[in-house]
Amino acid sequence: MKIVLNDEEIKNIIKTLAAEIVKRYKDLSQVALVGIHTNGVYIAKRLNEEIFILTGKKLNLGVVDITFYRDDIGLSDIIKLAKDTEINFDINGKEIILVDDVIYTGRTIRAAMEQILEIGRAKSITILALVDRGLRELPIYAEFVGKVIKTLPNQKIKVLLKEDNKLKKDKIVLYDE
Amino acid sequence: MTNKILFTKKHLLGLEDFTREEIKLILDTAKPFKNLFTRSIKKVPTLRGRSVVLLFYEASTRTRTSFELAAKRLSADTINIAVNVSSVKKGESLIDTAKTLESMKSDFIVIRHSYSGSPHILAKNVSSSIINAGDGFHEHPSQGLLDIYTVNEKKGRVAGLKVVIVGDILHSRVARSNLWGLTKLGAKVILCGPPTLIPKDVQKVSPSNIDIEYNLDKAIKDADVVNILRVQFERQMEHLFPSIREYSLLYGMNKERLSRAKNDVLILHPGPMNRGLEITSEVADSLNSVINEQVTNGIAVRMAILYLLSSVKE
Repeated sequence: MKIVLNDEEIKNIIKTLAAEIVKRYKDLSQVALVGIHTNGVYIAKRLNEEIFILTGKKLNLGVVDITFYRDDIGLSDIIKLAKDTEINFDINGKEIILVDDVIYTGRTIRAAMEQILEIGRAKSITILALVDRGLRELPIYAEFVGKVIKTLPNQKIKVLLKEDNKLKKDKIVLYDE
Repeated sequence: MTNKILFTKKHLLGLEDFTREEIKLILDTAKPFKNLFTRSIKKVPTLRGRSVVLLFYEASTRTRTSFELAAKRLSADTINIAVNVSSVKKGESLIDTAKTLESMKSDFIVIRHSYSGSPHILAKNVSSSIINAGDGFHEHPSQGLLDIYTVNEKKGRVAGLKVVIVGDILHSRVARSNLWGLTKLGAKVILCGPPTLIPKDVQKVSPSNIDIEYNLDKAIKDADVVNILRVQFERQMEHLFPSIREYSLLYGMNKERLSRAKNDVLILHPGPMNRGLEITSEVADSLNSVINEQVTNGIAVRMAILYLLSSVKE
């Protein structure tokens, strides 16, 4: 098992990504961060705090759960308990930043996009991920990426964030299955 | 907290076969489905391309419509077989009908039949997932689940609650599914009704958690939930109670009885109601009544059932 990003590095990456968002969009009131359950939600919240420090403004914040939009139902006996999708702002005309911890095959993003498009007509959707591990199976591109890590399909990346763990520090680890 | 759970059931034949954990999983899965109902698009693409056949050999509006809506909100295709205008009228057997539907590649068959055990026969003979929507006097598991979901939603728990089921327990598949589900989740159940309508062996389901009380006033004292069963005129051929008036007097839920129960007692009824008989309008339309909520919750629970059963690996 190898630590690919430690607490300090994750903190810096989130700061950098927040700055990139502020730089990229002219009107932040029209931008929304939508976190994908579960780590994406924590990351979106942290980004929003950083954006607040930089600009004194907070973005619209939303949450999507992709369970009912998955394309692999019936392929596994493991049930993932669905959580709630909460988009409490008008999605029409908004610039949506979909936030996830790791971007991999692109299937999660596809499912999240489908759901967002059903809720309303967003002006745009872009993707933010802490880690891009490559190996895409769909033509999906992440615009905001913290770190690119070349991986093999038999490897796993685990993102351990303070919000979800009893750990005192964040870390992202890479290991062979 | 892990949120990955193993689920391997292919059919929903009765709550007797389901573990406490499986029942809880269905209830937990129903919740996010219910939250969809507040969105403008109430549909998710989860079961796109799958088909659900509704095969009802007995009258139903609520259950059939509820399953149909549940399937449609999951983007599945639904086919209604109206038995009295189908080949069943020509004498086709249950298994042959089901085999025909199986050959049409239906993923689910939702069946209601007056013979107890019909869904079990289908499950043995066809490859589709079978959902029991009521079989004779046996079980009506989706109704049991939606009752329990409603109780859990309102009370925040099921374990430790005192639930009275009042009425014709003998002929009630709703009661039997409730009994299995509620006792597995740790509720205390009190069965109440005329002695002729309470079968002697019913306590066997869970002897330490089921009591029988023939006096309704005593039964509802300290009750958290009262589930009122419909008097099933279509089934009582042999006059199991002396008169409708007497039944209503002894076992009808009225305003006066309600006033003596706990302030926050929940009133459930699986419908259709015989207003003025087992329940008065004042009770049915009171703040304690969650009868309309039961209908809404029924769709969410049935979506959870369809979703979980189709999640099982082929």
